[in-house]
Amino acid sequence: MHNDMSRRQFLGLAGGLAAVCGLGLVGCGGSGSSSAATTAAASTSAALSGSVTAVGSTALQPLVEAAAEQFMADNSGVQITVQGGGSGQGITQISQGAVQIGDSDVFAEEKLQDKSDASKLTDNKVAVVGMGPVVNKDVTVDDIALEDLKGIFCGTITNWNQVGGADEAITVINRASGSGTRATFESNVLKGTTVPDTFKPQEQDSSGTVAKMVAETPGAISYLAFSYYADTFKALKVGGVEAKAASVEDNTWTIWAYEHMYTAASPDAATQGFIDYMMGDEVQGSLVEQNGYIPVSGMKVSRDADGNVTTN
Amino acid sequence: MSSKQAMSKRRLERCGLTVTGACVTLVAVLVVTLIVMVASHGLATFTADGIPLGDFLLGTTWNPHQADAAGNPTVGALPMICGSFAVTLLATAFALPIAVGSAIFVVEVAPGFGRRVFQPLVELLVGIPSVVFGLIGLTVVVAWTRGWAGGTGYGIFSGAVVLAVMVLPTITSLSIDAVAAVPMSYREGSYALGCTRWQTIWNVVLRSARPSLMTATILGMTRAFGESLAVQMVIGNSAQVPGSLFTPASTLTSILTMGMGNEAMGTVYSDALWSLALLLLGMSLVFILIIHLIGSKGVKAHA
Repeated sequence: MHNDMSRRQFLGLAGGLAAVCGLGLVGCGGSGSSSAATTAAASTSAALSGSVTAVGSTALQPLVEAAAEQFMADNSGVQITVQGGGSGQGITQISQGAVQIGDSDVFAEEKLQDKSDASKLTDNKVAVVGMGPVVNKDVTVDDIALEDLKGIFCGTITNWNQVGGADEAITVINRASGSGTRATFESNVLKGTTVPDTFKPQEQDSSGTVAKMVAETPGAISYLAFSYYADTFKALKVGGVEAKAASVEDNTWTIWAYEHMYTAASPDAATQGFIDYMMGDEVQGSLVEQNGYIPVSGMKVSRDADGNVTTN
Repeated sequence: MSSKQAMSKRRLERCGLTVTGACVTLVAVLVVTLIVMVASHGLATFTADGIPLGDFLLGTTWNPHQADAAGNPTVGALPMICGSFAVTLLATAFALPIAVGSAIFVVEVAPGFGRRVFQPLVELLVGIPSVVFGLIGLTVVVAWTRGWAGGTGYGIFSGAVVLAVMVLPTITSLSIDAVAAVPMSYREGSYALGCTRWQTIWNVVLRSARPSLMTATILGMTRAFGESLAVQMVIGNSAQVPGSLFTPASTLTSILTMGMGNEAMGTVYSDALWSLALLLLGMSLVFILIIHLIGSKGVKAHA
């Protein structure tokens, strides 16, 4: 009898709690908050004691991590947490105010549903990343015109002999739709041309895997950031220009993007301190290049969110 | 016995009940929360973004960043649904005979070696991270497939080979348990009727272990259906309805893992990805229902 009672009590309690929590979640589900955002929000409550969370771009993550380590060594009161998650996550979380820094490969305007939300953020361009087409070593082409590159990634050019190579089918390996690297490549190579729905190339979402796939697959082409360039595959020249930092700086190599660290319009002291450190000589002079990026200070041109290039 | 002791005993009981009750409540809340969250985001594609359910389930073009003629984002999930099922079924077809064969060997032929050496050996596979399987698949399986089947080597076949190795420990372990659970009296009865060992295994042991073997298979399939990383690395991730086993295809999980981090919350693309997650949730629900159905049938059969 006693056992029966308590079991009923316990089931009632469990069911009641589950129902309450479930209802509560439905209630806040409509406001569009995510559990990722709530957990991140919980960790920011410690912001007063000088903790900074940076979330977003996995491409930028190694640089931010390295810089954060040095910064924390100099400022023992500040705790910086660096996480990946992708550019979309970075921009979502910073625009929701869930983190202090949102890392992104692309301008926030390109990601947010409501473009005006981007104006509430401060855009800190901490580095420039150059990217270029890479091919399997068996491909005999060394130099490709930008127009031909566009044809390959739109599916109109399907054999290497159409661009002066051997008779070999082209295997296109794309990055995932929405990846920052792909967005950069497409906005600088395709320049607004839409890829036909019938052309469905392979996709892969990690630069490391892309590098391996290009090295292993005959006739393969993809694109990678300069920092991923290796001897296992071949980097193509585009229109006679070699893929190197100096060409990016004067915009003769046009496939490049900024690495952004977005903060709120008025960040707290610890966050601002870290951003200043990122922009300072200590990071720009050494870490940026060590991680395969190009310092913003060396750039002879600037580019805005709409792709307009101006000379500095 | 003093009354004090009785009191503390009762308190102990209540304490235990509270702790275990809290655990169960926590799990229940967690599950309900997850389901509600996936559903609320996943259904937004249809309620808030106004994409018809039919277009989502039967559409063959997945390109949420582009709009179709009617101005709707193109979020057809059919290529991924086909890909997921194809790769899961093929992987199970590869793994099941090997797993059942191993189980028969371990239980009926060499129990000592099987239990002490073979089973732990197979279970070691569980500890290998899926990225390692993916990498081996990328460098070995894809190259091998390309060698004899032509094409790029990426596709459902390569994905199924990698998955088969990954689900092998699950199906093998459960199959061993299933075969071992067949009462010894069944075998003795069969031998008493003059059956040989293989006749006994085929007609008696496997037949009566069938419900449990099917449970093992479904659990393996559930694991295969939900695996993302290793498959993503070898399947090619091209959102097209698979025309052959050797052309690049994609699965629900591979598209989901590739896209999730790149999208801002609340956009149509992000909602469409949540819908894929909802679809996966629905599928695992179906798998679990099947297991329960088999389970209750099995109980009836043995009773």
